[in-house]
Amino acid sequence: MATQHSRSAARIMMAPAVFLLLVWMLVPLSMTLWFSVRSYLPLRGGDQGFVGLENFTRFVTSSAFWPAILTTLIIVGGVLLISIVFGILLAMLLDQPMWGQGVVRILVIAPFFVMPTVSALVWKNMFMDPVNGLFAHLWRFFGADPIVWLSDASVFSIIMIVSWQWLPFATLILLTAIQSLDSEQLEAAEMDGANPLARFAFITLPHLSRAITIVILIQTIFLLAVFAEIFVTTGGAFGTRTLTYLIYQRVLESQNVGLGSAGGVYAIILANIVALFLMRIVGKNLDR
Amino acid sequence: MARAVTTQRKALNTTLAWIIGLLIFFPILWTILTSFKTEAEAIANPPVFLFFDWTLENYAVVQERSNYMRFLWNSVIIAGGSTILGVLIAVPAAWSMAFVPSRRTKDILLWMLSTKMLPAVGVLYPIYLLCIQLGVLDNRLALVVILMLINLPIIVWMLYTYFREIPGEILEAARMDGAGLKEEILYVLTPMAIPGIASTLLLNFILAWNEAFWTLNLTSVDAAPLTAFIASYSSPEGLFFAKLSAASTMAIAPILILGWFSQKQLVRGLTFGAVK
Amino acid sequence: MGRITLDKVQKAFGEVEVIPPLDLTIEDGEFVVFVGPSGCGKSTLLRLIAGLEDVTGGQIRIDGNDATSVPPAKRGLAMVFQSYALYPHMSVRKNIAFPLRMAKMEQAEQDRRVQAAADVLNLSDYIDRRPGQLSGGQRQRVAIGRAIVREPSAFLFDEPLSNLDAALRHGMRLEISELHKRLDTTMIYVTHDQVEAMTMADKIVVLQAGVIEQVGSPLELYKTPRNLFVAGFIGSPKMNFFDGAEAAKHDAHTIGIRPEHLTVSTTEGMWKGTVGVAEHLGSDTFMHIHPEANPSETITVRVGGEFSATHGDTVFLTPASDNIHRFDADGMRMG
Repeated sequence: MATQHSRSAARIMMAPAVFLLLVWMLVPLSMTLWFSVRSYLPLRGGDQGFVGLENFTRFVTSSAFWPAILTTLIIVGGVLLISIVFGILLAMLLDQPMWGQGVVRILVIAPFFVMPTVSALVWKNMFMDPVNGLFAHLWRFFGADPIVWLSDASVFSIIMIVSWQWLPFATLILLTAIQSLDSEQLEAAEMDGANPLARFAFITLPHLSRAITIVILIQTIFLLAVFAEIFVTTGGAFGTRTLTYLIYQRVLESQNVGLGSAGGVYAIILANIVALFLMRIVGKNLDR
Repeated sequence: MARAVTTQRKALNTTLAWIIGLLIFFPILWTILTSFKTEAEAIANPPVFLFFDWTLENYAVVQERSNYMRFLWNSVIIAGGSTILGVLIAVPAAWSMAFVPSRRTKDILLWMLSTKMLPAVGVLYPIYLLCIQLGVLDNRLALVVILMLINLPIIVWMLYTYFREIPGEILEAARMDGAGLKEEILYVLTPMAIPGIASTLLLNFILAWNEAFWTLNLTSVDAAPLTAFIASYSSPEGLFFAKLSAASTMAIAPILILGWFSQKQLVRGLTFGAVK
Repeated sequence: MGRITLDKVQKAFGEVEVIPPLDLTIEDGEFVVFVGPSGCGKSTLLRLIAGLEDVTGGQIRIDGNDATSVPPAKRGLAMVFQSYALYPHMSVRKNIAFPLRMAKMEQAEQDRRVQAAADVLNLSDYIDRRPGQLSGGQRQRVAIGRAIVREPSAFLFDEPLSNLDAALRHGMRLEISELHKRLDTTMIYVTHDQVEAMTMADKIVVLQAGVIEQVGSPLELYKTPRNLFVAGFIGSPKMNFFDGAEAAKHDAHTIGIRPEHLTVSTTEGMWKGTVGVAEHLGSDTFMHIHPEANPSETITVRVGGEFSATHGDTVFLTPASDNIHRFDADGMRMG
């Protein structure tokens, strides 16, 4: 509800943001689409013309494709599982009355603010180094042979590093959601004879379902794009090449832009499938 | 009404939570501690926790060898510039959407969100190429603009959710009182929204500071911020734990402090208002 | 001066017509109340006059000048909002001075006017506080203060008392009426509360679904409601309606009798009935009576003073014959 005058003012005020994002979306996107149907090797002959969908089929049939997809799924799934399960437990613990709650919250949330390159490097060297790392010391202390984490358990190591960064995020959001649960509901359930486990299953968990969905969707979008953690630790070796990293290698390392762009189109489609679900939830929320 | 809990129960909660909290925080704590050790102490087995000769030498070496200050300055310029620029563009847009909503407002908001979902790697080469063509590869201004565009949807969304909590009647009152559009936004909306604008600035500064895809791929020397500075420690300097720790501590300390102030806003900002 | 004329003013939100073309003249210095049930378009009408909404058709004239497309700031009107809409980041003083500051009035004159308004409204003690530190009644006064400093040609009030508790509401009602007497400026007041309308207005405009049902002084509306809607809306407790045989006796489709125009007796009368609920207020007694002829209906009766009757008692009712309102099949007043 407003006047004509304010409506036209609103359009003008919205224009810069809309225009910039439109350009930011359309220009690179159409360039990627353009490159994806061409044989384009900047260092080896440049643009060698239209090749139809060849890049798309080559990208999918290359020996690196399915392992990359599998790695991506394992990393995304693993981090999601860890951050949701432990996130719920941690959020419920932090919701309990205790001394120094504020400080504990700060301790728990801190890893989220550590820049990805730092966390990757710290984990890689100071913890996972097979000679001087803290884990190696720990293993030796118990008489075991230190594990060469980033080559022998490379995917697991990446999952651990990334989970360390994203568990705080999940915890914080789930904690916020738990705190919005009306405690009278729990008391009513208690009066109705529900034991703690039943209260969790029938009251707390359904209340959290929306927040859990949101955490899953948002994290998936960010996790699909995980880059620095792999770049710094394994450089894509030892089976840690995700779809994102594969595309990066095709584009910037082997400078096969056509092929990489086709991969980029796949990545965009994949992300959009997830995004569609997220937008529906967020969109519903807007109508309130 | 929360029920009173026995002291025993509370003590148990406290112990458990502190143990887990410290465990999660440990890598950061360990990094900070190691940064004050000598290289020999840093790799000592068994590890030393507090009883070592505290030294600031690593910090001096890191600064001297890699000119930490330049990277820091780049980070500040890139993160700060992109955030401020983003807010300047987003305030009018968010005003429009919050106070003069139309049937398309929701679609526009969701569309903006969808641009945020675009995987960076999908458009890596076009952006890379454009930067080369325009001669702005390894250029701070280019990164300011790019990071601004990346975070613009979040900035608009955060401001929008804050603005929506301001009753429209107050802005109408200002209009009745003779305020034009400029006065309405400058004297009434902005002062009322200062907490929201501040937390938007804070969160987006953090996000831009930690951004490690574009900053790694589009910079080399001149515009490289702290993310690239740390990545350069990947090898072989990474084996010098104490120096690595000093560099890491310097890269994360400013943002850890800011981050602690913004935990509440973090939820709202990163869930697009869907969890409050 | 503040003579406001609405000429075929019309408002639609998209396809939905909220206000069909409507004519109304508000004379200078008049206290006009728009009253009607929620959703009747009274607030929209006020916002059209204020300029916060565009009219879809028609013309709004203020003192003879066409103001239809003049922005709100330039119409010379002041508005008091339902939520008061005070600027929370400004002190009371700054809130009141804001319209003057927007008008770029010189500082000395601003101070003088703010002080004068604060004195009139007893706000001097709180002048440097923020709205958040004030009670509901005080906030209401600040909102009024902000309206009066500009010396507008008319005041617009949008349900200003609905957020106050009952006691405060009564006090503010008197204060606003007094303010009107003193300033002698046009006031347009929107409310859904017919008591507010009856006690404050020079002229009441009854609205339903965007249509003016009747315009008149409070007593005109009370004595000669133009149709069933106005008859039922004005007056408390509500008028009793009868159709069928009782109405036919008076050559009407429907007849209406106000609760205070029925006499009650325990011995004799026109209609026999049983007392359902009796509310004893001391000053008045309200009884809800189920007539013998049709026990599922309820007739409300108001008796001055105390009338001792309780649930289940049998009573007789007699209407005062010169206070029977007659309506035709279309619900319009007859005779």
